[in-house]
Amino acid sequence: MKPFAYRRATDARSAVATVATDPDAAFLAGGTNLVDHLKLGVASPSLLVDVSDLAADLVEHLPDGGLRIGAGTRNSDLAAHPVVRAHYPLLSEALLSGASGQLRNAATTAGNLLQRTRCGYFRDATAPCNKREPGSGCPAVEGHNRHHAILGASPDCVATHPSDLAAAMVALDATAVVLGPDGERRVPIGGLYRLPGDDPTRDTVLAHGELITAVELPAPFGGRARYRKVRDRASFAFALVSVAAAVRMHDGVVEDLRLVFGGLAHRPWRAAHAEDALRGSAPTEVALRAAADAELLDARTLSGNGFKVPLARNTLVSVLRELTDVAAEPEDDA
Amino acid sequence: MEADITLRVDGEDRKVTVDTRTTLLDALRDRLGVTAPKKGCDHGQCGSCTVLVDGRRVVSCLSLAVARDGAEVTTAAGLADADGPHPVQRAFVANDALQCGFCTPGQVCSAVGVLAEVKAGWPSAVTEGDAAPELTDAEVRERMSGNLCRCGAYPGIVAAIREVGA
Repeated sequence: MKPFAYRRATDARSAVATVATDPDAAFLAGGTNLVDHLKLGVASPSLLVDVSDLAADLVEHLPDGGLRIGAGTRNSDLAAHPVVRAHYPLLSEALLSGASGQLRNAATTAGNLLQRTRCGYFRDATAPCNKREPGSGCPAVEGHNRHHAILGASPDCVATHPSDLAAAMVALDATAVVLGPDGERRVPIGGLYRLPGDDPTRDTVLAHGELITAVELPAPFGGRARYRKVRDRASFAFALVSVAAAVRMHDGVVEDLRLVFGGLAHRPWRAAHAEDALRGSAPTEVALRAAADAELLDARTLSGNGFKVPLARNTLVSVLRELTDVAAEPEDDA
Repeated sequence: MEADITLRVDGEDRKVTVDTRTTLLDALRDRLGVTAPKKGCDHGQCGSCTVLVDGRRVVSCLSLAVARDGAEVTTAAGLADADGPHPVQRAFVANDALQCGFCTPGQVCSAVGVLAEVKAGWPSAVTEGDAAPELTDAEVRERMSGNLCRCGAYPGIVAAIREVGA
């Protein structure tokens, strides 16, 4: 591990000023991802600015009926928060489906959102990886790619974003409050993440030194919501496919809905085509399947991840059945 | 680069100078001689290094010692009181909840954390509805999923934790 200096920040502005002016500096919060990367040689900052003491662990009501979540709020505290459980259960479900009890006790809200891909090549400092070392290549395209992207990937990077919380935050239409050297700006979480394109080094639109200080949720969406995660074991594993869904019905018709896939792309994947197909219609089994198919039309599979297309489709249809009370029907193979 | 820190470990203030790269786990084991937490995977995946920091269970391998300056750390060696081993430790013995024992200090600390979390009403991924969680087999397995046991002593571990939680 490369030697680094450590500083405990006492106010957010000076923390941002310090990191923004030093390309080798990094923020440290819960450390569950960064400390791992320091050991692996994936990250090698020369200065860590610890933002744990910035009193950013408050969950407060907003005047518009929404909720402001301090960036330092631990995953376990947020998942157990009575207001979150009562009004944003999607968030609680997503958080509790991720990591382990020990990790959720340390990991923060913003740290979870900014965690990096679990692609095995990215985490192996001896392997080429365009995300870690631009221009070195992407062994996953031809290699072990069972966990990799089927939507929005590029020839340079087929990594997926691992956060369950991020998918739920996109479905909840959350906004990140971001402090930069020139002041504060607000970034909808739906627009926070990038597709890899020809610069996979950047996961998000944030500039170096920008710090998420809070996440704001709008007033509850209403209706019913569900986070379902499909993985290789029952607990403590990353998603192969996940679905964050919120559906508001009125008189048997889908009034509005939000559908987001996790585990399929470099960012949480808002299933806008599927939403458009169902919004304003009376859901049927056939309509649910058609909506899922419409979203996955552009899926491009690799040698090891073709299973994700039917898995994503079936998971989405299954969650939608539950939320719209559509009874399952056997599929006609003809 | 070095830093002077103080950790309150198992009830005793310990001052130590650490390289900033030192994890809490390495500070405990190699610098302070507190070898109850074990180094298994060293990447937060096995749970054998679990300790309680300010009362909450965390993996000490993914925590920098310098970032825990001033913290109260309880390891499995510090759970006992004047009456003898902690009830969780006694239940592990009574239920054959171990074979080789390497993962046990982490299991025990994690279990103490789980019991506090359940008492506080924290839900898990398998908790149904808003009711207070009960320590069923499924709840214990889900909540303890961050602690691996290669000997496969899971049935005894689940029984031990349910016994104390009942």
